[in-house]
Amino acid sequence: MATTTTSDGKLLGLWASPYTTRVQLALKLKSIEYELIQENLQNKSELLLQTNPVHKKVPVFIHGDKPICESLIIIQYIDDTWTNGPSILPSDPYDRAMARFWAAYIDDKWFPLLKELGGAQGDEARASIVEKIFEGLVLLEEAFVKCSKGKALFGGDNVGYLDIALGCFLGWIKATEIMTGIKWLDETKTPGLVGWAERISSDSSIKDVLPEAQKLVELYTMSAGLEKGASN
Amino acid sequence: MAEVKLFGNWGSPFSCRIEIALKLKGVEYEFIEEDVYNDNKSPLLLKYNPVHKKIPVLLHNGKPICESVVILEYIDETWEGPSILPKDPYERAMARFWTKFLEEKCFPPMKQASWSTGEEQEKAKEEATELLKILEGTLSGKKFFGGDSIGMVDIVANFIAHWFIILQEITGLELLTHEKFPKLGQWLDDYLSCSIIKETLPPKDKLTASFQARIQAATTSK
Repeated sequence: MATTTTSDGKLLGLWASPYTTRVQLALKLKSIEYELIQENLQNKSELLLQTNPVHKKVPVFIHGDKPICESLIIIQYIDDTWTNGPSILPSDPYDRAMARFWAAYIDDKWFPLLKELGGAQGDEARASIVEKIFEGLVLLEEAFVKCSKGKALFGGDNVGYLDIALGCFLGWIKATEIMTGIKWLDETKTPGLVGWAERISSDSSIKDVLPEAQKLVELYTMSAGLEKGASN
Repeated sequence: MAEVKLFGNWGSPFSCRIEIALKLKGVEYEFIEEDVYNDNKSPLLLKYNPVHKKIPVLLHNGKPICESVVILEYIDETWEGPSILPKDPYERAMARFWTKFLEEKCFPPMKQASWSTGEEQEKAKEEATELLKILEGTLSGKKFFGGDSIGMVDIVANFIAHWFIILQEITGLELLTHEKFPKLGQWLDDYLSCSIIKETLPPKDKLTASFQARIQAATTSK
Protein backbone atom coordinates (compact mmCIF):
# COMPACT_ATOMS: atom_id res chain seq x y z
CA MET A 1 0.00 0.00 0.00
CA ALA A 2 1.42 3.39 -0.93
CA THR A 3 1.57 6.16 1.63
CA THR A 4 0.84 9.51 0.10
CA THR A 5 3.17 12.45 0.56
CA THR A 6 3.74 15.40 -1.74
CA SER A 7 7.13 14.01 -2.69
CA ASP A 8 5.53 10.80 -3.89
CA GLY A 9 3.70 12.07 -6.92
CA LYS A 10 4.56 14.51 -9.67
CA LEU A 11 2.29 15.20 -12.59
CA LEU A 12 3.73 16.75 -15.73
CA GLY A 13 0.82 18.28 -17.57
CA LEU A 14 -1.00 21.18 -19.17
CA TRP A 15 -3.98 22.91 -17.58
CA ALA A 16 -5.84 22.92 -20.89
CA SER A 17 -5.19 19.30 -21.78
CA PRO A 18 -8.17 17.01 -21.10
CA TYR A 19 -5.72 14.12 -20.70
CA THR A 20 -3.99 15.95 -17.84
CA THR A 21 -7.42 16.73 -16.36
CA ARG A 22 -8.18 13.01 -16.42
CA VAL A 23 -5.23 12.18 -14.23
CA GLN A 24 -6.00 15.06 -11.90
CA LEU A 25 -9.54 13.74 -11.51
CA ALA A 26 -8.26 10.29 -10.58
CA LEU A 27 -5.72 11.70 -8.11
CA LYS A 28 -8.43 13.86 -6.53
CA LEU A 29 -10.77 10.88 -6.17
CA LYS A 30 -8.13 8.91 -4.34
CA SER A 31 -7.07 11.95 -2.26
CA ILE A 32 -3.49 11.63 -3.48
CA GLU A 33 -1.22 14.61 -2.96
CA TYR A 34 1.04 15.50 -5.82
CA GLU A 35 3.03 18.29 -7.38
CA LEU A 36 1.65 19.63 -10.65
CA ILE A 37 4.32 20.78 -13.08
CA GLN A 38 3.00 22.81 -16.01
CA GLU A 39 4.83 22.02 -19.21
CA ASN A 40 5.40 24.32 -22.14
CA LEU A 41 5.00 22.26 -25.28
CA GLN A 42 7.08 24.72 -27.26
CA ASN A 43 9.89 24.22 -24.77
CA LYS A 44 9.62 20.76 -23.22
CA SER A 45 11.44 20.22 -19.96
CA GLU A 46 14.34 17.81 -19.54
CA LEU A 47 12.21 15.89 -17.07
CA LEU A 48 9.46 15.37 -19.65
CA LEU A 49 11.91 14.25 -22.32
CA GLN A 50 13.56 11.88 -19.86
CA THR A 51 10.36 10.39 -18.45
CA ASN A 52 8.52 10.07 -21.76
CA PRO A 53 11.25 9.63 -24.38
CA VAL A 54 8.97 7.60 -26.67
CA HIS A 55 6.12 10.10 -27.08
CA LYS A 56 7.48 13.28 -25.42
CA LYS A 57 3.91 14.10 -24.38
CA VAL A 58 1.92 14.99 -21.29
CA PRO A 59 0.58 13.78 -19.02
CA VAL A 60 3.34 11.89 -17.24
CA PHE A 61 2.76 10.76 -13.66
CA ILE A 62 5.93 10.14 -11.70
CA HIS A 63 5.44 7.97 -8.62
CA GLY A 64 8.65 7.92 -6.62
CA ASP A 65 11.15 7.26 -9.38
CA LYS A 66 8.73 5.52 -11.73
CA PRO A 67 7.23 7.43 -14.67
CA ILE A 68 3.93 6.29 -16.14
CA CYS A 69 2.63 7.70 -19.44
CA GLU A 70 -0.70 7.74 -21.30
CA SER A 71 -3.68 9.03 -19.32
CA LEU A 72 -5.82 5.88 -19.21
CA ILE A 73 -2.80 3.77 -18.29
CA ILE A 74 -1.97 6.22 -15.49
CA ILE A 75 -5.53 6.03 -14.15
CA GLN A 76 -5.42 2.24 -14.07
CA TYR A 77 -2.03 2.39 -12.33
CA ILE A 78 -3.48 4.75 -9.72
CA ASP A 79 -6.44 2.43 -9.23
CA ASP A 80 -4.18 -0.65 -8.92
CA THR A 81 -1.79 1.07 -6.50
CA TRP A 82 -4.02 3.07 -4.14
CA THR A 83 -6.49 0.41 -3.16
CA ASN A 84 -7.70 2.20 -0.02
CA GLY A 85 -9.72 4.86 -1.75
CA PRO A 86 -12.89 4.44 -3.86
CA SER A 87 -12.38 2.14 -6.87
CA ILE A 88 -12.21 3.83 -10.22
CA LEU A 89 -12.79 0.77 -12.41
CA PRO A 90 -15.83 -1.42 -11.74
CA SER A 91 -15.20 -4.68 -9.90
CA ASP A 92 -16.97 -7.01 -12.34
CA PRO A 93 -14.78 -8.10 -15.30
CA TYR A 94 -17.55 -7.56 -17.85
CA ASP A 95 -18.30 -4.06 -16.55
CA ARG A 96 -14.56 -3.36 -16.65
CA ALA A 97 -14.43 -4.50 -20.27
CA MET A 98 -17.32 -2.19 -21.13
CA ALA A 99 -15.60 0.74 -19.39
CA ARG A 100 -12.36 0.08 -21.28
CA PHE A 101 -14.22 -0.37 -24.58
CA TRP A 102 -16.03 2.97 -24.31
CA ALA A 103 -12.95 4.83 -23.08
CA ALA A 104 -11.10 3.57 -26.18
CA TYR A 105 -14.05 4.62 -28.36
CA ILE A 106 -13.99 8.14 -26.87
CA ASP A 107 -10.24 8.49 -27.46
CA ASP A 108 -9.93 6.78 -30.83
CA LYS A 109 -13.20 7.70 -32.53
CA TRP A 110 -15.17 10.43 -30.80
CA PHE A 111 -12.92 13.18 -29.42
CA PRO A 112 -10.78 13.31 -32.60
CA LEU A 113 -13.96 14.46 -34.39
CA LEU A 114 -14.14 17.59 -32.22
CA LYS A 115 -10.53 18.34 -33.10
CA GLU A 116 -11.20 17.66 -36.77
CA LEU A 117 -14.05 20.15 -36.69
CA GLY A 118 -11.58 22.89 -35.82
CA GLY A 119 -9.61 22.25 -39.00
CA ALA A 120 -12.55 21.52 -41.33
CA GLN A 121 -12.60 23.44 -44.61
CA GLY A 122 -15.95 24.26 -46.17
CA ASP A 123 -19.58 23.84 -45.13
CA GLU A 124 -19.99 20.31 -46.45
CA ALA A 125 -16.95 19.00 -44.61
CA ARG A 126 -18.07 20.72 -41.40
CA ALA A 127 -21.64 19.39 -41.71
CA SER A 128 -20.35 15.85 -42.18
CA ILE A 129 -18.18 16.03 -39.04
CA VAL A 130 -20.99 17.63 -37.02
CA GLU A 131 -23.25 14.73 -38.01
CA LYS A 132 -20.64 12.18 -36.93
CA ILE A 133 -20.18 13.95 -33.58
CA PHE A 134 -23.91 13.72 -32.92
CA GLU A 135 -23.98 10.05 -33.98
CA GLY A 136 -21.18 9.40 -31.53
CA LEU A 137 -23.08 11.16 -28.76
CA VAL A 138 -26.07 8.90 -29.39
CA LEU A 139 -23.79 5.89 -28.95
CA LEU A 140 -22.38 7.40 -25.76
CA GLU A 141 -25.94 7.96 -24.52
CA GLU A 142 -26.62 4.23 -25.01
CA ALA A 143 -23.39 3.45 -23.20
CA PHE A 144 -24.47 5.70 -20.34
CA VAL A 145 -27.81 3.95 -20.01
CA LYS A 146 -26.12 0.51 -19.98
CA CYS A 147 -23.24 1.39 -17.66
CA SER A 148 -25.12 3.55 -15.15
CA LYS A 149 -27.84 0.88 -14.72
CA GLY A 150 -30.35 3.55 -13.75
CA LYS A 151 -27.99 5.45 -11.47
CA ALA A 152 -26.56 8.94 -11.71
CA LEU A 153 -23.14 8.28 -13.20
CA PHE A 154 -21.36 5.91 -15.60
CA GLY A 155 -19.80 4.43 -12.48
CA GLY A 156 -23.19 4.06 -10.77
CA ASP A 157 -23.37 5.91 -7.46
CA ASN A 158 -19.74 6.99 -7.59
CA VAL A 159 -17.46 8.65 -10.13
CA GLY A 160 -15.79 5.90 -12.13
CA TYR A 161 -13.48 5.30 -15.07
CA LEU A 162 -15.86 6.45 -17.79
CA ASP A 163 -17.03 9.45 -15.79
CA ILE A 164 -13.37 10.51 -15.79
CA ALA A 165 -12.66 9.40 -19.37
CA LEU A 166 -15.51 11.50 -20.78
CA GLY A 167 -15.86 14.07 -17.99
CA CYS A 168 -12.38 15.44 -18.69
CA PHE A 169 -13.68 16.71 -22.06
CA LEU A 170 -16.57 18.73 -20.62
CA GLY A 171 -14.53 21.94 -20.66
CA TRP A 172 -13.72 21.47 -24.36
CA ILE A 173 -17.26 20.36 -25.18
CA LYS A 174 -18.63 23.58 -23.66
CA ALA A 175 -15.87 25.65 -25.28
CA THR A 176 -16.75 24.19 -28.69
CA GLU A 177 -20.43 24.92 -28.04
CA ILE A 178 -19.52 28.56 -27.39
CA MET A 179 -17.32 28.79 -30.51
CA THR A 180 -19.64 26.98 -32.94
CA GLY A 181 -23.04 27.83 -31.47
CA ILE A 182 -23.89 24.11 -31.68
CA LYS A 183 -25.40 22.55 -28.58
CA TRP A 184 -23.68 19.18 -28.37
CA LEU A 185 -25.41 18.03 -25.20
CA ASP A 186 -29.08 18.40 -26.05
CA GLU A 187 -31.92 17.18 -23.78
CA THR A 188 -34.01 16.15 -26.77
CA LYS A 189 -31.26 13.92 -28.21
CA THR A 190 -29.18 12.70 -25.26
CA PRO A 191 -31.06 13.42 -22.02
CA GLY A 192 -29.01 10.94 -20.02
CA LEU A 193 -25.74 12.64 -20.94
CA VAL A 194 -27.17 16.09 -20.25
CA GLY A 195 -28.13 15.06 -16.73
CA TRP A 196 -24.79 13.35 -16.25
CA ALA A 197 -22.84 16.42 -17.42
CA GLU A 198 -24.72 18.62 -14.95
CA ARG A 199 -23.95 16.23 -12.11
CA ILE A 200 -20.27 15.97 -12.99
CA SER A 201 -19.91 19.74 -13.36
CA SER A 202 -21.38 20.27 -9.91
CA ASP A 203 -19.76 17.32 -8.14
CA SER A 204 -17.67 18.73 -5.31
CA SER A 205 -14.89 16.19 -5.81
CA ILE A 206 -14.56 17.11 -9.48
CA LYS A 207 -15.67 20.59 -10.42
CA ASP A 208 -12.52 22.41 -9.24
CA VAL A 209 -10.37 20.22 -11.46
CA LEU A 210 -12.27 20.84 -14.71
CA PRO A 211 -10.89 23.76 -16.72
CA GLU A 212 -13.31 26.63 -17.40
CA ALA A 213 -14.81 26.66 -20.87
CA GLN A 214 -14.32 30.41 -21.35
CA LYS A 215 -10.59 30.15 -20.59
CA LEU A 216 -10.31 27.35 -23.15
CA VAL A 217 -12.07 29.53 -25.74
CA GLU A 218 -9.56 32.32 -25.08
CA LEU A 219 -6.67 29.88 -25.39
CA TYR A 220 -7.99 28.43 -28.64
CA THR A 221 -8.65 31.84 -30.16
CA MET A 222 -5.21 33.05 -29.15
CA SER A 223 -3.34 30.05 -30.58
CA ALA A 224 -5.41 30.11 -33.77
CA GLY A 225 -4.48 33.78 -34.07
CA LEU A 226 -0.80 33.01 -33.44
CA GLU A 227 -0.84 30.30 -36.09
CA LYS A 228 -2.43 32.66 -38.60
CA GLY A 229 0.19 35.27 -37.73
CA ALA A 230 2.97 32.73 -38.14
CA SER A 231 1.80 31.54 -41.53
CA ASN A 232 1.46 35.06 -42.99
CA MET B 1 -24.12 -24.76 -26.44
CA ALA B 2 -20.56 -23.49 -26.02
CA GLU B 3 -20.13 -20.99 -23.21
CA VAL B 4 -17.36 -19.22 -25.07
CA LYS B 5 -17.53 -18.23 -28.73
CA LEU B 6 -15.04 -16.27 -30.76
CA PHE B 7 -15.97 -14.46 -33.96
CA GLY B 8 -12.81 -14.18 -36.02
CA ASN B 9 -11.07 -14.91 -39.28
CA TRP B 10 -8.37 -17.54 -39.92
CA GLY B 11 -6.07 -14.89 -41.40
CA SER B 12 -6.56 -12.12 -38.83
CA PRO B 13 -3.78 -11.33 -36.35
CA PHE B 14 -6.42 -9.78 -34.08
CA SER B 15 -8.60 -12.85 -33.60
CA CYS B 16 -5.44 -14.97 -33.47
CA ARG B 17 -4.42 -13.01 -30.37
CA ILE B 18 -7.61 -14.02 -28.63
CA GLU B 19 -7.11 -17.68 -29.54
CA ILE B 20 -3.60 -17.56 -28.07
CA ALA B 21 -4.96 -16.11 -24.83
CA LEU B 22 -7.84 -18.59 -24.56
CA LYS B 23 -5.45 -21.50 -25.16
CA LEU B 24 -3.01 -20.14 -22.55
CA LYS B 25 -5.85 -20.23 -20.04
CA GLY B 26 -7.06 -23.63 -21.21
CA VAL B 27 -10.49 -22.27 -22.14
CA GLU B 28 -12.55 -24.23 -24.66
CA TYR B 29 -14.25 -22.14 -27.27
CA GLU B 30 -16.15 -22.31 -30.51
CA PHE B 31 -14.55 -20.41 -33.38
CA ILE B 32 -16.95 -18.75 -35.78
CA GLU B 33 -15.32 -17.84 -39.07
CA GLU B 34 -16.33 -14.44 -40.42
CA ASP B 35 -15.74 -13.58 -44.08
CA VAL B 36 -14.50 -10.08 -43.23
CA TYR B 37 -12.06 -9.59 -46.08
CA ASN B 38 -14.89 -9.93 -48.58
CA ASP B 39 -17.05 -7.60 -46.52
CA ASN B 40 -19.48 -10.43 -45.90
CA LYS B 41 -20.15 -9.98 -42.23
CA SER B 42 -22.77 -12.10 -40.54
CA PRO B 43 -25.90 -10.59 -38.90
CA LEU B 44 -24.64 -11.95 -35.57
CA LEU B 45 -21.34 -10.08 -35.84
CA LEU B 46 -23.17 -6.86 -36.65
CA LYS B 47 -25.49 -7.49 -33.69
CA TYR B 48 -22.63 -8.12 -31.24
CA ASN B 49 -20.36 -5.34 -32.49
CA PRO B 50 -22.66 -2.61 -33.81
CA VAL B 51 -20.15 0.17 -33.03
CA HIS B 52 -17.14 -1.10 -35.00
CA LYS B 53 -18.61 -4.05 -36.95
CA LYS B 54 -15.27 -5.84 -36.65
CA ILE B 55 -13.71 -9.03 -35.44
CA PRO B 56 -12.70 -10.26 -32.98
CA VAL B 57 -15.74 -10.47 -30.76
CA LEU B 58 -15.70 -12.75 -27.75
CA LEU B 59 -19.07 -14.01 -26.59
CA HIS B 60 -19.06 -15.23 -23.00
CA ASN B 61 -22.35 -16.55 -21.66
CA GLY B 62 -24.14 -14.55 -24.33
CA LYS B 63 -22.37 -11.26 -23.52
CA PRO B 64 -20.16 -9.76 -26.24
CA ILE B 65 -16.77 -8.15 -25.65
CA CYS B 66 -15.10 -6.27 -28.52
CA GLU B 67 -11.64 -4.86 -29.32
CA SER B 68 -8.77 -7.31 -29.02
CA VAL B 69 -6.87 -5.58 -26.19
CA VAL B 70 -10.07 -5.16 -24.14
CA ILE B 71 -10.82 -8.85 -24.71
CA LEU B 72 -7.31 -9.88 -23.63
CA GLU B 73 -7.68 -8.04 -20.32
CA TYR B 74 -11.13 -9.56 -19.85
CA ILE B 75 -9.76 -13.08 -20.41
CA ASP B 76 -6.96 -12.44 -17.91
CA GLU B 77 -9.42 -11.22 -15.28
CA THR B 78 -11.99 -13.96 -15.83
CA TRP B 79 -10.02 -17.19 -16.06
CA GLU B 80 -7.31 -18.75 -13.90
CA GLY B 81 -4.09 -19.92 -15.47
CA PRO B 82 -0.85 -18.25 -16.59
CA SER B 83 -1.09 -14.46 -16.26
CA ILE B 84 -1.32 -12.41 -19.40
CA LEU B 85 -0.63 -9.17 -17.56
CA PRO B 86 1.92 -8.93 -14.71
CA LYS B 87 0.65 -8.65 -11.13
CA ASP B 88 2.76 -5.65 -10.13
CA PRO B 89 0.93 -2.34 -10.88
CA TYR B 90 3.98 -0.69 -12.44
CA GLU B 91 4.78 -3.71 -14.61
CA ARG B 92 1.11 -3.77 -15.67
CA ALA B 93 1.33 -0.11 -16.66
CA MET B 94 4.45 -0.86 -18.71
CA ALA B 95 2.76 -3.82 -20.42
CA ARG B 96 -0.25 -1.64 -21.29
CA PHE B 97 2.09 1.11 -22.51
CA TRP B 98 3.99 -1.18 -24.90
CA THR B 99 0.76 -2.82 -26.06
CA LYS B 100 -0.59 0.60 -27.02
CA PHE B 101 2.74 1.46 -28.66
CA LEU B 102 2.55 -1.64 -30.81
CA GLU B 103 -1.08 -1.07 -31.78
CA GLU B 104 -1.04 2.64 -32.47
CA LYS B 105 2.54 3.40 -33.49
CA CYS B 106 4.02 0.21 -34.96
CA PHE B 107 1.14 -1.45 -36.75
CA PRO B 108 0.23 1.33 -39.25
CA PRO B 109 3.70 2.05 -40.67
CA MET B 110 4.64 -1.62 -40.73
CA LYS B 111 1.47 -2.37 -42.66
CA GLN B 112 2.11 0.64 -44.91
CA ALA B 113 5.71 -0.44 -45.53
CA SER B 114 4.48 -3.87 -46.62
CA TRP B 115 1.65 -2.78 -48.89
CA SER B 116 2.56 0.57 -50.38
CA THR B 117 5.09 1.62 -53.00
CA GLY B 118 7.26 4.59 -53.90
CA GLU B 119 7.70 7.54 -51.59
CA GLU B 120 4.87 6.42 -49.30
CA GLN B 121 6.68 3.15 -48.77
CA GLU B 122 10.04 4.83 -48.16
CA LYS B 123 8.57 7.02 -45.45
CA ALA B 124 6.84 4.05 -43.84
CA LYS B 125 10.07 2.02 -43.93
CA GLU B 126 11.99 4.77 -42.17
CA GLU B 127 9.31 5.14 -39.53
CA ALA B 128 9.07 1.38 -39.00
CA THR B 129 12.85 1.12 -38.59
CA GLU B 130 12.88 3.78 -35.87
CA LEU B 131 10.08 1.97 -34.05
CA LEU B 132 11.84 -1.38 -34.30
CA LYS B 133 14.89 0.24 -32.68
CA ILE B 134 12.71 1.26 -29.73
CA LEU B 135 11.28 -2.27 -29.45
CA GLU B 136 14.79 -3.74 -29.61
CA GLY B 137 15.70 -1.57 -26.63
CA THR B 138 12.80 -2.81 -24.52
CA LEU B 139 13.95 -6.42 -24.85
CA SER B 140 17.20 -5.74 -22.97
CA GLY B 141 17.85 -8.65 -20.63
CA LYS B 142 14.52 -10.31 -21.40
CA LYS B 143 13.61 -13.37 -23.42
CA PHE B 144 10.09 -12.15 -24.09
CA PHE B 145 8.47 -8.72 -23.69
CA GLY B 146 6.61 -10.38 -20.80
CA GLY B 147 9.83 -11.64 -19.18
CA ASP B 148 10.49 -15.38 -18.96
CA SER B 149 7.19 -16.29 -20.52
CA ILE B 150 4.92 -14.67 -23.09
CA GLY B 151 2.51 -12.00 -21.93
CA MET B 152 0.17 -9.38 -23.32
CA VAL B 153 2.83 -7.50 -25.28
CA ASP B 154 4.13 -10.70 -26.90
CA ILE B 155 0.59 -11.74 -27.81
CA VAL B 156 -0.16 -8.36 -29.39
CA ALA B 157 3.20 -8.44 -31.21
CA ASN B 158 2.01 -11.51 -33.12
CA PHE B 159 1.55 -9.40 -36.23
CA ILE B 160 5.27 -8.67 -36.28
CA ALA B 161 6.38 -12.26 -35.70
CA HIS B 162 4.22 -13.79 -38.41
CA TRP B 163 2.28 -11.44 -40.71
CA PHE B 164 5.03 -8.84 -41.11
CA ILE B 165 7.80 -11.43 -41.50
CA ILE B 166 5.84 -13.24 -44.23
CA LEU B 167 5.15 -9.98 -46.07
CA GLN B 168 8.84 -9.13 -45.82
CA GLU B 169 9.70 -12.41 -47.52
CA ILE B 170 7.18 -11.84 -50.29
CA THR B 171 8.11 -8.22 -50.98
CA GLY B 172 11.86 -8.54 -50.43
CA LEU B 173 11.81 -5.91 -47.67
CA GLU B 174 14.59 -6.35 -45.13
CA LEU B 175 13.49 -4.16 -42.27
CA LEU B 176 13.54 -6.72 -39.47
CA THR B 177 16.54 -9.00 -39.73
CA HIS B 178 18.65 -10.84 -37.14
CA GLU B 179 21.64 -8.73 -38.19
CA LYS B 180 19.94 -5.38 -37.76
CA PHE B 181 17.98 -6.33 -34.63
CA PRO B 182 19.62 -9.25 -32.81
CA LYS B 183 17.34 -9.13 -29.76
CA LEU B 184 14.16 -8.96 -31.83
CA GLY B 185 15.56 -11.72 -34.03
CA GLN B 186 16.09 -13.92 -30.99
CA TRP B 187 12.62 -13.01 -29.71
CA LEU B 188 11.17 -14.11 -33.07
CA ASP B 189 12.89 -17.49 -32.79
CA ASP B 190 11.81 -18.03 -29.18
CA TYR B 191 8.27 -16.82 -29.81
CA LEU B 192 7.71 -18.97 -32.86
CA SER B 193 9.02 -22.01 -30.94
CA CYS B 194 6.35 -21.71 -28.25
CA SER B 195 3.94 -24.61 -28.72
CA ILE B 196 0.80 -22.52 -28.19
CA ILE B 197 2.02 -19.95 -30.72
CA LYS B 198 2.94 -22.61 -33.26
CA GLU B 199 -0.43 -24.32 -33.04
CA THR B 200 -2.42 -21.08 -33.19
CA LEU B 201 -0.76 -19.01 -35.91
CA PRO B 202 -2.36 -19.51 -39.32
CA PRO B 203 -0.33 -21.79 -41.65
CA LYS B 204 2.46 -19.87 -43.35
CA ASP B 205 1.76 -21.24 -46.83
CA LYS B 206 -1.94 -20.39 -46.63
CA LEU B 207 -1.21 -16.84 -45.46
CA THR B 208 1.50 -16.39 -48.09
CA ALA B 209 -0.86 -17.53 -50.84
CA SER B 210 -3.57 -15.18 -49.57
CA PHE B 211 -1.16 -12.19 -49.51
CA GLN B 212 0.13 -13.02 -52.98
CA ALA B 213 -3.41 -13.16 -54.30
CA ARG B 214 -4.15 -9.73 -52.81
CA ILE B 215 -0.98 -8.26 -54.26
CA GLN B 216 -1.87 -9.76 -57.66
CA ALA B 217 -5.42 -8.36 -57.49
CA ALA B 218 -4.07 -4.91 -56.55
CA THR B 219 -1.58 -4.90 -59.44
CA THR B 220 -4.02 -6.08 -62.10
CA SER B 221 -6.70 -3.60 -61.05
CA LYS B 222 -4.36 -0.63 -61.73
